[in-house]
Amino acid sequence: MRILCCVKRVPAPGAKINVSADGQSVETAHLGFTTSPHEECAVEEAIQLAERHDGTVTVLTLGPPEAEEQLRYAASVGAHELVLIPTDGTNWDPQRTALALTKAIVELESGDPFDLVLFGNESADSGGFQVGVRVAHALGRPMVNGIKGIDIEGDQITARRAVDAGFEVYELPRPAVLGVKEGINLPRYPTMKGRLASKKVEMATADVDAEPGGQLMVKLQQPEEQVSKTEILGDSPEAASKVVDLLEELGVL
Amino acid sequence: MTLLVVLEHDRGEMAEASREALTSARDLAAKLDEPLHAVLVGEEAEPLAEEAAKFGAEVVHVASHDLLTDYGPDAWAETVRQLAEELDAVAVMAVGTDRGNEVMAQIAAREDLPFVANCLSVDAGDPWELTRVQWGGSLLEDVTLDADRKLLSIAHHAVVAEPAPEAADGDVEQFEPDLDDEMSVTMVRDRVVLTQGITLSTAPVVVSGGRGVGSADGFAVLDELAELLGGVVGCSRAVTNNGWRPHASQVGQTGTRIAPEIYIATGISGAIQHWVGAMASKKILAINTDPEANMVVKADYAVLADLHKVVPAISEEIRRRRAG
Ligand SMILES: Cc1cc2nc3c(=O)[nH]c(=O)nc-3n(C[C@H](O)[C@H](O)[C@H](O)COP(=O)(O)OP(=O)(O)OC[C@H]3O[C@@H](n4cnc5c(N)ncnc54)[C@H](O)[C@@H]3O)c2cc1C
Ligand SMILES: Nc1ncnc2c1ncn2[C@@H]1O[C@H](COP(=O)(O)O)[C@@H](O)[C@H]1O
Repeated sequence: MRILCCVKRVPAPGAKINVSADGQSVETAHLGFTTSPHEECAVEEAIQLAERHDGTVTVLTLGPPEAEEQLRYAASVGAHELVLIPTDGTNWDPQRTALALTKAIVELESGDPFDLVLFGNESADSGGFQVGVRVAHALGRPMVNGIKGIDIEGDQITARRAVDAGFEVYELPRPAVLGVKEGINLPRYPTMKGRLASKKVEMATADVDAEPGGQLMVKLQQPEEQVSKTEILGDSPEAASKVVDLLEELGVL
Repeated sequence: MTLLVVLEHDRGEMAEASREALTSARDLAAKLDEPLHAVLVGEEAEPLAEEAAKFGAEVVHVASHDLLTDYGPDAWAETVRQLAEELDAVAVMAVGTDRGNEVMAQIAAREDLPFVANCLSVDAGDPWELTRVQWGGSLLEDVTLDADRKLLSIAHHAVVAEPAPEAADGDVEQFEPDLDDEMSVTMVRDRVVLTQGITLSTAPVVVSGGRGVGSADGFAVLDELAELLGGVVGCSRAVTNNGWRPHASQVGQTGTRIAPEIYIATGISGAIQHWVGAMASKKILAINTDPEANMVVKADYAVLADLHKVVPAISEEIRRRRAG
């Protein structure tokens, strides 16, 4: 069984997301980078499925050359093949991203489709809720987003999607595409051995590009903040009585 | 030409999100000087037409087909796509729920049109200018949209649903799409209903713990306080990543958005991705040893001390008062 995961490199901001002076990107001078959380879970899910079904996991990203860091991380937890679509680091709109990913996937498959392609439910930064759906449609494969459980038996993939009252169950034939949500599993941490091995995994590049789509970013901006003054109730357990006064006042006791 | 709104309902019950969609679509339709139409997909949808009219829908299209008896992204998207085509709709919009965004993305993929997800505002000038949310609401993005048919979703909770000053006609029109059997592939096969008591998203009180709690066992004091308050325990992603608590308890961008009467955040630094999930709380009390922690700075109230001493003291005080 061959499984492909599409992941995106995103900054890991702390208390605030600062915007660069030209409004074109997040100010990342003092930030680390990570893989979008939903996609980290997609990679973990792929590895667990591959372990159960004797398969291989390929991880694909479209991003700046530094996105190699996120691919290596995926290898350190067990991904077998790594592919980078290099960009100049500028923002690509969802249509352009999806088209480039599709071209790379078609190239990678050369006629032999991945049994399952996994995406995140949405990317952590731009959150367009669409790249996976577009790729699936271009590949002519069924796609369901928001998945929190996957089982594969023979040619059938059973996927569970969390809704308010419980789960919706979907049954898809292979090959299929799914968008995964955090919570589907608890991603493992890399071992020292895994980290060392990941350095030796070959990283392929796919030089593909596509025309920009019809959604054009003009600028990023921070939302207005409600500033509130914090009332300090105390700096010791003695504050408990004031806290309970407050709870009574709010009527939650 | 029309402005077409996709309505969501759960077997006969109109979703609040759909009222939001109609509320913002009404404004847009007025600015565009186009009639506002709505589409209801699936069984038991027809009785909702009256409700849609109250919120301004001039025509309500009720789509029915064997493949629409339960939700399926392909069949739903193809239905709305065909209707939009038939009406020559200027724009199609939904609310940015899981389903809303999925259906819109499917339509966009079929037509190779752009789709702007989770908008806060829409200015239908030349060109169309929209503001949408990134990072689950922590950042805003201004975009322009160039497309023959505009596809967009409105961020959930971005507008307060309000009925139209005067109800519209809400004429019901049946629509039978032409769907391929292939589309049944992505239809819901089964439902597993989990009966729950109060949940994180509905609890009046949420008592949360972060990395500062120190261990899974450390949560015992939070469980105790939550129980006394009739609330539920939440946590940060640092906690779920450590396996101390299940993901279902996580508050934040990739967890649950909460809106309790009071949020008690203990040992949580208040990273922006956590904050977006908590900021709708009516009041926030931070318990943290660090006076500079973002959670403390943004909270309404704070206790600057060790949570392992403060939280048991609060429980103790509640018990004392109840006994007295
Ligand atoms: C794309 C993305 C999405 C994310 N989504 C989420 C999300 O949905 N939810 C989420 O929570 N995070 C999310 N995160 C992670 C987030 O950035 C933070 O890493 C995380 O919230 C930190 O958790 P924390 O506050 O528990 O830990 P820390 O940041 O380590 O904070 C621990 C706090 O505990 C205090 N403390 C320590 N000991 C004590 C004590 N004895 N008594 C009182 N206080 C004490 C410290 O002063 C500190 O403020 C996301 C990150 C990314 C990149
Ligand atoms: N640059 C990228 N490289 C690889 N995968 C991506 C990229 N952008 C988006 N994706 C995938 O598409 C999913 C949906 O992204 P989006 O439409 O931006 O919300 C993400 O969770 C990723 O799995």
